[in-house]
This record gives sequence, C-alpha cells and structure tokens, in this order.
Amino acid sequence: MDFGRISRRHLLQGGAALTLGTAVGARSAFAAETTIGFIYVGSRDDYGYNQAHAQGAAALKKMPGLKVVEEEKVPETDAVEKTMESMINLDGATLLFPTSFGYYNPHMIKMANKFPKLRFQHCGGLWSDKDPKNAGSYFGYIDEAQYISGIVAGYSSKTGKLGFVAAKPIPQVLRNINAFTLGARLANPKATTQVIFTGDWSMPVKEAEATNSLIDQGVDVLTCHVDGPKTMVENAARRGAMVCGYHVNQSPLAPKAYLTGAEWNWEALYPKFVKMIAAGEAIPNFYRGGLKEEIVKVSPYGEAVSAEARKHADDIKAKLTAGDYVIFKGPITDNKGKVVIAAGTERGQKDAELEKMDYLVEGVIGATS
Amino acid sequence: MTTDAADPAEAAAIAPAADAGFLQRHGTTIEYILIPGAALCGALALFGVFVALFGKNPLDLYFYMYYGAFGTWFSWQNTLTRAAPLILTALCTALPAQLGMVIIGGEGALLIGALAATGAALALPSAPPLAVQMAMVCAGMLGGGLWIMLAGGLRQFRGVNETISSLLLVYIALAILNHLVEGAMRDPASLNKPSTREIGAANMIGSIPGTDVHWGLVFGLIAAVASYILIYHTVFGFAARVAGGNVRAAKIVGLNVSKLILTVCFLAGAAAGLAGMVEVAAVQGRTNANLAAGYGFTGILVAFLARQNPLAIIPVAILLGGISASGGLLQRRLGLPDASVLVLQGIIFVFVLASDALYGRIGFLKGKA
Repeated sequence: MDFGRISRRHLLQGGAALTLGTAVGARSAFAAETTIGFIYVGSRDDYGYNQAHAQGAAALKKMPGLKVVEEEKVPETDAVEKTMESMINLDGATLLFPTSFGYYNPHMIKMANKFPKLRFQHCGGLWSDKDPKNAGSYFGYIDEAQYISGIVAGYSSKTGKLGFVAAKPIPQVLRNINAFTLGARLANPKATTQVIFTGDWSMPVKEAEATNSLIDQGVDVLTCHVDGPKTMVENAARRGAMVCGYHVNQSPLAPKAYLTGAEWNWEALYPKFVKMIAAGEAIPNFYRGGLKEEIVKVSPYGEAVSAEARKHADDIKAKLTAGDYVIFKGPITDNKGKVVIAAGTERGQKDAELEKMDYLVEGVIGATS
Repeated sequence: MTTDAADPAEAAAIAPAADAGFLQRHGTTIEYILIPGAALCGALALFGVFVALFGKNPLDLYFYMYYGAFGTWFSWQNTLTRAAPLILTALCTALPAQLGMVIIGGEGALLIGALAATGAALALPSAPPLAVQMAMVCAGMLGGGLWIMLAGGLRQFRGVNETISSLLLVYIALAILNHLVEGAMRDPASLNKPSTREIGAANMIGSIPGTDVHWGLVFGLIAAVASYILIYHTVFGFAARVAGGNVRAAKIVGLNVSKLILTVCFLAGAAAGLAGMVEVAAVQGRTNANLAAGYGFTGILVAFLARQNPLAIIPVAILLGGISASGGLLQRRLGLPDASVLVLQGIIFVFVLASDALYGRIGFLKGKA
C-alpha cells in the first residue's frame, strides 16, 4: 500500500486543481522515474489492435526507470479526457499514448493544450500544423505487410478466391484490401478478393457471419481489417480455411491455418520514442513509416506456406525494406473498369493521394458504398 | 406510491425532533434512505469479497474507489462530468415509469437528439452563437422527444410493447446516425473517421466557470427538479400517476390517457435528446459514431436504482459517475480488469432490487396502526 505517498503528493493538489497546470509543469519532463500512460479503446488481450499496443507498452515496462500505467475500454468521449487527466493528476504521467483513432480530435488536442509541458503521442497519423506542438500522431504503412500477406495468400489458395472481412469502407481499410489484392495477383493473376464490410470496428457476430459466408462461396484464404481478428481466425480455421492475420500474430489461435500476417511493430517503436526523448531529441509530430522504418512487420510463415511463396514474398519484402519498391504503380484500374492510377505514375508510400483512396482495385469483388 | 414516501426533500426540511414517536412517524421516509443505503453497503462488501478472491486487498479497493471518485477536486469533477449525461438519460426511463411504462430506449433518443442538434447548428452557419445554441437545444429535445413518443404511440394505439419497441428503436437510431454520418451529412475531410462537419468553436457551450464540468450537469439538475415538481406537485403529474396506477380508473374519471402517455414520452425523450445535444455542443463538437457510448443504457440503471424518483436520480447518477470515474484508477493501481466496474454495477443493481422486499417490514419503523 502506498497511501502515504499518494495523500502527501496528490491530495493537496486536489484542493487547488486550478494550479495543477503549473504544478505539473514544474516537474521535469523526464526525471529518473518517468510514468507513461497507455489508453486502449478495447480490451488489451483482444488478439488485435489493442493487444498490439499493449505489447508495445510491455516492451516499455522492461526498460529501467519507467513506470507504465494502463487503462482499457475507454470510450472515445470526454471519458478519455478524464482518463488522461487522471493519469496526469493522480499517477504523475508525463508521456501519454492514447492509442485509438477517435481519441485525437477533440479529446487529445484539448488535453495537449491544457498541459503544454507534457507529451502526447497518438496512433493514427493525424497531426497537422494547426495542432499543439506537444501532440504527436504516428502511424504505419501496414499495407506493405498486407501486400506480402497477399502474395502468400495468392500462392496458398487452391480456388483463387480470397476473402477479406473489413470494418468500414474508409481510405485506410481500402488501402489494405487493395494492397492485399495486388499482392495476391502477383502470385496468381486470376485471384479475386471478395470483401464484406461489417460496418463497425468490433462486431464479432457479423464478423463470424461474414467469415462463414465467404467460405460458403468457395473462399479458402481469409484476412481481415477489424479491431479483433480473433473471431475471423478461429471461425475460418474451424471451417478448414487458411488465414492471414492482422494487427498481431494470431498463430497461437490457429497454428495449422495461419499462413502469415500484417503486424504492427509497436514493441520496436515505443522504446525508440522513449530513447529519443531521453536523449533530448524531438520526436517528429507526424511520424510514419513501413517495413523499412520497422513500424510494421510480417508474421513468420506458417508450415502450409510453399517454398515458392516464401521466396517470392521474401524477395518483395527485401525490396520494400530497402525502400525501392512501389506497390501502387500505374496502370491500376478499379473494379468498375476506371483507371485510377495512370500508366507511368508511381504512388509511393508517402503519397498523399493514397490517403484519400475511395476505390477497390480490379480483382476485388465488393463495393465501397 | 404515496406522496410523502417519495419526498425525501420534505423529510430533510423537517428538523429531527428527538421525541419517541419520531422513528414511527417518519418510518417510510427513513426506509427510503436506509434500505438503499444498506443495499449499497452490502453490494460494496460483496464486491470486496470478490476482489479479495483475486488476491487484492479490499481496503485498497475502497480507498481507491473513494480517491478516484471523490478524493480530490479533480476526482469530483471527473465524477460530475460522467454523471451529467446520466441524469438526463435516467429521466428518459423514470418519467414514463410514472405511467407504468418501461422505456429503455434512451440511447436512441440521445442519438437522434444529437443528430437533430447538429443538423440545426449546421443549418445556421451565420447565426449568432446564442441563437444557434437555442436552436440546438430545441432541435435536440424535439428530435429525442418525438423518438420516444413514437414508442409511446405504438404502445397506446397499436398495442406494441414499449420496452421492446424503444429498445429496437435504439438500433434504428444508430443505423440512421451511421447512414447520415457516412453519407449525406459527412464532412468530406473526415477521411478515416466519418463525421459531420464541426458546429464551430463559437457555438460550443463550454464548461461551468471555475470547473471542467460542462453545462450538461446544470441542464440535468434543472430537468430533474422540474420533473420532480411536474410529477409530484402538479395536476398533470397527479393525473399521470393515477393513470400509471390504474388505467381503467383513470379513464372512468375522465382522464385523457393517450394524451398523458404521449406527453410524458415526449418529455422523457426530450431529456435524453438534450443529453445528446450536450454531448455535441459541449464535448464532441460534431456527430459521429462516438456518441453511441452507452449513456442511454447506463441511464436505465440509474433510473431503477433511484426507484424512478426524479430527485433521487441526482445522487444515484453521481454515485454511478463516481464508480465509473474510479474504475480507471482500479485498473491502474490494482490491475483489475475493466469488467470489474460492470460487476460492481451489477451487484448494486441486484442488491437494490432485492431490497425492495424489505419495504414496510422493518419492525422498529412500523407505525402503530
């Protein structure tokens, strides 16, 4: 029990909440014992989005001089503002990782303005010049890893029919579907990806229905972009289909069916951030990268992946890691026959046009609306 | 339900004379404070046992619950912020309950109210902020009110069970919200988080001066007190309670039951719609899927714990706000999962409902009659 420490340090602050800003500011930005707060929108063992961040937090717990506090299932309302403030006021956190996309505006911006001496790192890649300087937003080009998954899926599918369980037809998700399909068509030019949108980030019942419906239509390799891929992975494996994972490595859920997967590499990025701060370097407010920057990674191949598939996938992965490969290279037509990227045009990793993606490429069966 | 029984304010106004008959004379009022209080203590004790089974010290638990909910000025603000929407959504269940109706669709009225309020603000781009805010209040209350009136009308004229229809209307409201936010009302710049355009910083209603708590709390307090006066101190309220007690008797004495039902349902929905308007105008600044945060559902719990008494809703909402505010601290300090807060809420609910059996059975409080 450490009541004594809490009461001395914080109960006094309670009476004078208005002076808190200065009280917090007086604390040096990174003293010997630094407290870092992690906030998750779902449960931290969801085999998905939140677990990926929790794995990053776990990597920080191993570093000396750091204390990590975590809170899960925090909704994207003023509850997250209060959670951030609570971590600052009651736990003394000086670096915060509100990890859900919807935490950014207006919630994290409000807190960053209120506590200008503290650092806020948001996952989503949303920072713009108008936002506070102590706020940052990072993200990864995970479509690169999805592209590799697509290659493996293209080789592994016997029917040439791939399935994609997706949350919403927003640019980020469309980019993953398209990269996966383009990868698959490198391996098998006739491959198709049937996509089903469930409508929200966490809809286990609809995800299970979508998985079953895809398999009923002859799909034999599935992947997804929802917060918790667990439902899709377990259901597909039970039905005898193969899967490519997303967010984290789901091979423990389906060791035989798991081919590979697109994973976040937060356990590499978060220690890097903390080291940068400790060394007095500024973390860029807008921080993004892919395989090359070690922000995303590809799961180790499962036993069902053929030698040919491994070789092709490794070859492309090496090129992407070296930074001399472009996934969205014209000519690319959408699935209605319209040219979306003209011949000769290369849209590289950081091309802003890709952030507005509103189409599905040729080979995808499905519609954005 | 007798008038003096449901009137704790009146009891508080009477000085506690220490004569022998005091307990007997005010037995019913004392019961209304003593029994829920005892039920709450019983629930906390059982939750302590539950936590002890997980190897945590229950005393730590009680301390952190107090500390996170009421221990500091910050904690109080955290609690009140979370309580604010609950007062309004609880009224959505408590008002129709006077007529013997069980309405559990406050969440739907909140969403429709938020949508209507946002629509009103976006339709008046150049009006002065006060006019916009008034329009938002009217639109929010109108939207929410009509939504619950629909459930009331279905019950009165088509014989559809209002509990089921109001619950199903929640999902319709959510579908309408998603449809508009991802379609007609979508801000084209909201790429990865479909949202409406922002209502503008000038139109936000802000916080109560000197605090972080938004004006929704004041709206809630006013609405709760006004509802109390309406139900217990007006002819309309008396008529509603008569109809709630015995519809046939009410019809025989010439009360227009249809009008009563529709009006009360409208007022109930208007309260929840106002909560939605506040969420937009004080917190989110726009409408998106974040608004479906479950305030409407927690409001049902608040209303039942308050035994459908509009005044009792205020302390109960603060209590549940406090439990939710301290939930984060329990996760961070004791490592309890998020679900533990739900377990506590459930235990309290069961204890309070079970304690209903005790009313009128406590010997020393019985009158001599």
